[in-house]
Amino acid sequence: MNTYPARENWRRIKNQIAVIIIILLALIPTLPLFFILANIIHEGLRSINLDFFLHLPAPPGETGGGISNALVGTFIIVGIAVIIGVPISILAGIYLSEYGKDSKLAEIIRISADVLQGVPSIVIGIVAYAWVVRPMGHFSAFSGSVALALMMIPVVVRTTEEVLRLVPDILREASLALGVPYWRTVMKVVLPTGMVGVTTGILIAVARIAGETAPLLFTAFGNQFMTLNPMEPMNALPLVIFNYATSPYEDWWRQAWATAVVLTFMVLLLNILSRILAKRIAGEK
Amino acid sequence: MKFNLAGQFYDDIFRKISTVMALLIIGLVIGIFITLVIESWPSIKAFGLRFIWTTTWDPVSREFGALPFLVGTLLTSFLALIIATPFALAGAIFLGEIAPPRLANPISFIMELLAGIPSVIYGLWALFYLVPIVRWLEIKFGAPPFGLGMFTASLVLAIMILPYALSVARDVIKLVPQDIKEAAYGLGATRWETILHVIVPYARSGIFAGIVLALGRALGETMAVTMVIGNRSAMPHSIWDLGNTMASVIANEFTEATEDVHLAALVEIGLLLFVITVIVNLIARLIIIRLKVK
Amino acid sequence: MSLERLPIIFRTEDLCAYYEDFMAIKHINIKIPQKQVTALMGPSGCGKTTFIRCLNRLHELTPGARITGSIYLRDQNILQLDPIVVRRRVGMVFQRPNPFPTMTIYENVLAGYKLLGIRLPRNEADEIAEWALRKAALWEEVKDILHRRGTFLSGGQQQRLCIARALAVKPEVLLMDEPTSALDPKSSLQIENLIVELKETVTIVIVTHNMPQAGRISDFTAFFYLGELVEFGPTAELFTNPKDPRTEEYLTGKFS
Ligand SMILES: Nc1ncnc2c1ncn2[C@@H]1O[C@H](COP(=O)(O)OP(=O)(O)OP(=O)(O)O)[C@@H](O)[C@H]1O
Ligand SMILES: [Mg+2]
Repeated sequence: MNTYPARENWRRIKNQIAVIIIILLALIPTLPLFFILANIIHEGLRSINLDFFLHLPAPPGETGGGISNALVGTFIIVGIAVIIGVPISILAGIYLSEYGKDSKLAEIIRISADVLQGVPSIVIGIVAYAWVVRPMGHFSAFSGSVALALMMIPVVVRTTEEVLRLVPDILREASLALGVPYWRTVMKVVLPTGMVGVTTGILIAVARIAGETAPLLFTAFGNQFMTLNPMEPMNALPLVIFNYATSPYEDWWRQAWATAVVLTFMVLLLNILSRILAKRIAGEK
Repeated sequence: MKFNLAGQFYDDIFRKISTVMALLIIGLVIGIFITLVIESWPSIKAFGLRFIWTTTWDPVSREFGALPFLVGTLLTSFLALIIATPFALAGAIFLGEIAPPRLANPISFIMELLAGIPSVIYGLWALFYLVPIVRWLEIKFGAPPFGLGMFTASLVLAIMILPYALSVARDVIKLVPQDIKEAAYGLGATRWETILHVIVPYARSGIFAGIVLALGRALGETMAVTMVIGNRSAMPHSIWDLGNTMASVIANEFTEATEDVHLAALVEIGLLLFVITVIVNLIARLIIIRLKVK
Repeated sequence: MSLERLPIIFRTEDLCAYYEDFMAIKHINIKIPQKQVTALMGPSGCGKTTFIRCLNRLHELTPGARITGSIYLRDQNILQLDPIVVRRRVGMVFQRPNPFPTMTIYENVLAGYKLLGIRLPRNEADEIAEWALRKAALWEEVKDILHRRGTFLSGGQQQRLCIARALAVKPEVLLMDEPTSALDPKSSLQIENLIVELKETVTIVIVTHNMPQAGRISDFTAFFYLGELVEFGPTAELFTNPKDPRTEEYLTGKFS
């Protein structure tokens, strides 16, 4: 029945070649990604020990020292960013899902959130410098937190909205029919029902900002010493990696790698956690 | 009864507070734009449009032209895009269409985790592992063996945006309806013919949106680029040259700028970067909206 | 039993309800007797749901929805009261069971207090919970698992939990919108029996498509057609001797 055997064969061969090329092309980029992970782990684990976590940085050129101040700094800076960003984001997400819905204004707010999410982090740094550092007269952890909050807000707003929209209306009505005011219905029924999803969004956002360096360069700035005061310049893990990697000292390079392991581990953990939570929501539906 | 009967009152307050927070987001975007304009005003006033097409960047003589950085950003971003696109597309087809879910799911998972690694870590890796490779290449090609430079920056960018473009494209490819594919197979089309003539055309605009989003990221990417581009503020002549992007020059010089006009010039670069990335992101958004309508 | 001699709990005067410009129910005048079961019947889309959602002012939550006319709950026009007060006096049970997924069974029953931030003394809370669950004929089944999630229960149990939740705030009227249509026959029957018992405690207004069900449980039946109240009277009378041809057609299954 097949009248063009040669042509059919050629089609079959062409298919096989094409599929093989696709698979090869698809596998090539996994190489650098694999190497990055392997290099970080290999280089980093060599120089990690308990002291590294407990000590302050050594003066330039000297060997030894640790990242205790940067570790604490990252927690403080990110923590304050969360405190600033999360309430704003959740309330804005509530506005979009409960009040704004399909209105023009809500659409403009969504576009704004997308725009904000696309603003390069270095530009966010400039803005935080102009808004906080300049008026205060000096660099501070707080200004870094403001920058990071600006970066996390759009992420949390959009996930909050999406999650709250998935809460079925019959739950809202059940609450309203009990004589519960709408605002309490939102806070006590709608938000708790979507809380796992909102938490997922927050974790994703935190994972993203915890590794941000550019917005901290001229806000938190870095600090060789330990400080808990958010109004002072403060060190952070990403800043350590950048400063040490671009320094001329071999021992600092080693420490940059060690810090990279710590930061990578933190970020991966947050991402994995958020995924587990997201799976759980998907499972419940 | 001791019930709270003033529901209406608190309802109003709650509604107003959440509306204000939502409006704040518009306010932030506008505020960022206005801040950038105000802060860069000395530079805008001093150089006008010349800022965009002159190539001298000299803090000593207070002459600032941003063309080298515009070129640096566009060159590295597009080069990264050119390098990454074939791989991203192939990867998306592989994960979305060829690989069985048992294989595709864990790979996608790892891909997305890697996409979350902070850019400063990509920079660190590139500095110590990519730079020697590029140096070796440069010796082969007879270029000055800096190791650093525009080409290295493009490579890191390509690696960084790849998972991003890939996952968008893969999601769109997965959305191609089963019956359309089956119709093609039913006509006796091979897998490759189905991919080429059915799946890719169907997913075309989504794939394009993914590429545009990846471009948006590449344009604004700072740390990894800053660490490997060489930071030279002159017009680059080839891709092997040392250079600077808009983002990297800000990262390098912002805290060192002592002159007001120098700082303003850096902010003006930030303003340009802001405008460019907003436009690119809005384009991607438009494509995605059109996609959803379809 | 005749309507005239019974005390009236709900009275509407020239009640119309709109969605945007669409008039979903038209000039309804009805008197609903106290501590009786009143069934609302009529073909799909005739406005039954709209009507009972007016009675506890849920209707106005739909964007673009409006009401004209008046609704008197014991001589008070509820359209001039705080909707929150109205809803506490007029409870509602929905078509699909909707227990709060984040709450335990116990918390669900007391949701009407908890969500309003009303803190009951422990023993009073326990008492109300047990009372409501007994009234909803659910106590025996859940008394040992009160602190588990309500969403693990069967559909019929969930619906009785929702009834208990509505009863716990001690409403005067309980509105039910096809409360058994999402349930299996056995669970439906349980709820029917429950309704008959509940009328000692509350007035019940129930929407149903199921004629035998209306016959079994209701004392009065209102027949709606295209947004109008066509006929209202004692169920037995209306079923055996409908006055309006449209009612008769519906009862004999000519349209559905
Ligand atoms: N949210 C809404 N927006 C616009 N029109 C609506 C809305 N809800 C209902 N309607 C319309 O109002 C009319 C009455 O609807 P309603 O839901 O009250 O009918 P029903 O008698 O309860 O029907 P069913 O037996 O199917 O539940 C219908 O024509 C319907 O299309
Ligand atoms: Mg209905």
